[in-house]
Amino acid sequence: MQQMKALHLDTIALLLSGKLLLRKEIPLDDRQFHTLLNHRLITPVPSIVRERFTWKCQRCGNRHRFLFSSLDKASIYCRKCIEMGKVIKSECLYIWSGAIPTWKKYEAACSWNGELTLAQAKAAERIVQTIQKRESTLLIWAVCGAGKTEMLFPGMEEALRYGMRICIATPRTDVVLELKPRIKKAFSTVPIDALYGGSKVKLATAQVVICTTHQLLRFQHAFDLIIIDEIDAFPYHKDPSLAFAAKRAKKLNSTTIYLTATPRLKFRLQMATKQLSYTFVPIRFHGYPLPIPKLKLCRSLRKNLQYSTPPPALLHWIQQRENKGRQLLIFLPTVEITRKFEKSLTTFFLKHGIIIMPSALSCVHAQDEDRNWKIKQFREKEIQVLLTTTILERGVTFPAVDVAVLDAGHEVFDEAALVQIAGRAGRSFDDPTGEIIFFHDGKTIAMIKAVEMIKEMNKQGGF
Amino acid sequence: MYCLWCSEPIIQQLTWQNFFFPDIKKLCVYCDSLLEKIDGDRCHKCSRQCDQAICFDCQRWEKEKERDTLVFNYSIFQYNIFMQELIAKWKYRGDVELGNIFRDAVRKGFTPTFAAMKKHAIAVPIPLSKDREKERGFNQAKILADFLPIKSELVLHRMEGEKQSKKSRKERIQSINPFTITKSINKPVILVDDIYTTGTTLRHAGKVLKENGCPEVFGFTLIRG
Repeated sequence: MQQMKALHLDTIALLLSGKLLLRKEIPLDDRQFHTLLNHRLITPVPSIVRERFTWKCQRCGNRHRFLFSSLDKASIYCRKCIEMGKVIKSECLYIWSGAIPTWKKYEAACSWNGELTLAQAKAAERIVQTIQKRESTLLIWAVCGAGKTEMLFPGMEEALRYGMRICIATPRTDVVLELKPRIKKAFSTVPIDALYGGSKVKLATAQVVICTTHQLLRFQHAFDLIIIDEIDAFPYHKDPSLAFAAKRAKKLNSTTIYLTATPRLKFRLQMATKQLSYTFVPIRFHGYPLPIPKLKLCRSLRKNLQYSTPPPALLHWIQQRENKGRQLLIFLPTVEITRKFEKSLTTFFLKHGIIIMPSALSCVHAQDEDRNWKIKQFREKEIQVLLTTTILERGVTFPAVDVAVLDAGHEVFDEAALVQIAGRAGRSFDDPTGEIIFFHDGKTIAMIKAVEMIKEMNKQGGF
Repeated sequence: MYCLWCSEPIIQQLTWQNFFFPDIKKLCVYCDSLLEKIDGDRCHKCSRQCDQAICFDCQRWEKEKERDTLVFNYSIFQYNIFMQELIAKWKYRGDVELGNIFRDAVRKGFTPTFAAMKKHAIAVPIPLSKDREKERGFNQAKILADFLPIKSELVLHRMEGEKQSKKSRKERIQSINPFTITKSINKPVILVDDIYTTGTTLRHAGKVLKENGCPEVFGFTLIRG
């Protein structure tokens, strides 16, 4: 009987330790909950605290006065993180204060038997060192298609040897879904949980957690190694609450590894002043340079976008491409324009024989429910031409595509986005090059800087 | 001021008019443009945007005289994707503040339609069941009723039941009447709710009111689903 109770307590500890939860997120009935509370195994912490002139949400770190609201005085709530469940001032958040579960040590957990390139191996070695020395931060600046995920494997193996708990966080759900099977395959003996908005698992109990950065809001002092992928991506770089959550999710003595292909100014300054240690991987895994985008002026672009007619230069480019067997990935600035263009481009491409069936062209955007299915279809070459908003700008790999950006001067296409978009082309051994073209009606600084950055990275890679 | 939906700052041009009569916007220009009002021809009975004077659904209701207790329903907005997200966050996530977005539109929509009966009509918000109100912390219909320039009274009581939004049209129309009345009203009543979907809820409430001496029942809803 005693043994059973202890066993049960272990599972609860596994569920709750390292987390910061609302009462309704804790899967215990009232009786169990109050017993644990009385035994001081669960500790309540205030959810919203008063600060000078404002409040502070203890879950997301929000301090903006306008992001707090209330029905009456007692029920002030945080509007910032309400999508994760409402945090009300009169209700506490709970942390586990019982025994912390120990994590298993794996001698050789990595079952991946591919080979790292020289550049990858150098970066991987650096990660291993950082973990061994328990350094606090490391930034990996690797060009698009350098094979970032594989570089992490030796480091993760090392961390698992010490029995560390690992989190891989990324701003986007699509990337979580793509990473999960790859990590699972490489670490087949280690339990892995994937968390994202709408995932079946809500409370991760595995040693390795792959999650969106939003999910980190539910963690506190949980991880020994935290890897944050694509730190320059939306929404991570714009939302201070995510950085706040990432900081809280790690243990006091832990290592944070940032991964990026296009570090923002803030990080570049920190690197230049040696406040942040970093390593640069300038070569793609197949050893070829990054393809450089071409800029193409389209004077009629405004009108083309307004009436959803394809610009003549687009057709010209498509017909002049050197390898017509490649699939086409066309980026558009907004969801609305993408939807409108789907119809007009289908008829236009059918007319010019670029696609044979109407089903060979499709569009994806953030509000599209079938987007995972469509991306899969595109990968399997069922779809020849895919129109997309910036959701596919990063983290996804297609073997052989040519990339076009319509209205590259739009504000959603900033420098980082354009570099990332350019990075979609030429990502496989079999087809290491690709064409990228930005259609614009006036160069923007973002476009020029993006091209400069790609050239600079190629130069550093020795091309 | 910040937009209640996207949190971007709202910058308003200062004019003499809004200097003296501040007109506080709750949504930025872009988010505001995503709200679609019902304009042009609409069904005279249920406010659905259509060419017919009485839409197909309402013709079906008119065949069943004793169940059709509503004179007409007036709605303001269409139920588009943005509205679905907005309502989901407001009602189900519990972001009470978002209700204020509708304050102006509700007042402006209400006045021309119900001007004639403004003096003696009473607004009655559709209640939530006790459990659901406790879970949610507020009743969205009551918030809307409080925006109106007429007196509002909570005279209805709702028994526990399944969520309406989880049922099909047939199930909704054939469901039993969940309302009881706590006080009878002998003036015209304007029932207030957030969404008119099949009209069953409003008609159930109307039936109870009519059986207890109310002469006429109207509907005023934010959205025509």
